[in-house]
Amino acid sequence: MTVTVLLFASYADSLGMKSLALDLSPGATVGDVLGHVRALPGANRLPASPLLAVNERYAKRERVLESGDEVAIIPPVAGG
Amino acid sequence: MRTAIVVASIDAARLAAEVAGHHNGATVLFIGTVRDVNDGRPVTGMEYTAYRSMAEREMADIAREAATRFGTDDIVVEHRVGVLELGDASVVIAVAHPHRGAAYDASRYVIEQLKARVPIWKLEHYDDGTREWVGAAGSGKGEAGSGVRDSDLESAHASLGERGA
Repeated sequence: MTVTVLLFASYADSLGMKSLALDLSPGATVGDVLGHVRALPGANRLPASPLLAVNERYAKRERVLESGDEVAIIPPVAGG
Repeated sequence: MRTAIVVASIDAARLAAEVAGHHNGATVLFIGTVRDVNDGRPVTGMEYTAYRSMAEREMADIAREAATRFGTDDIVVEHRVGVLELGDASVVIAVAHPHRGAAYDASRYVIEQLKARVPIWKLEHYDDGTREWVGAAGSGKGEAGSGVRDSDLESAHASLGERGA
């Protein structure tokens, strides 16, 4: 199954991309996505426990994904 | 009730008019503006970016929560994205209520929740020509993955989880 991963702000700058598609095995979790992203160049600048979202809602690492899900790795928010 | 991410400048007076009504005795207007200094560094401008669809969803959630908690549907919130200059309004919150206490409380609730939850980021431009993401790990306050930053994120994540994310 395929999921889309979104990166923003400082994380997008660190990894040099704003999105990527990942092929995952059925039953893969948000934590698995994070593991794949950590293998990319520049990912050493991600913190140990970044905020995560699935389909525009905050989610935990244990969340099991479905094909087509949109996973976002969210830098510390700074609106206002 | 209305919330939006906008690109054009925000007309605060229009938002105040939007929440007005004869049943209300108080209107609280909060205007967040771009400041000329942050952490002692002179700031010349600011660039806001958002995970727009999620930001709009979170802002709508926050407005609904405030409506339920404080008993008014007369809440309008606009947050601007793009390049802003000093003094520009980045966020405007208009709340009207029959009574001032609840109007103030609802306004405060919206801005505090917005700053904690809505996926918006700002790239500060400094007078020496450099730019940094506000709050980003490794932005001049130690390397990414430092103990302080990690614990901040974990507690933020935990509190978000408790809200039923």
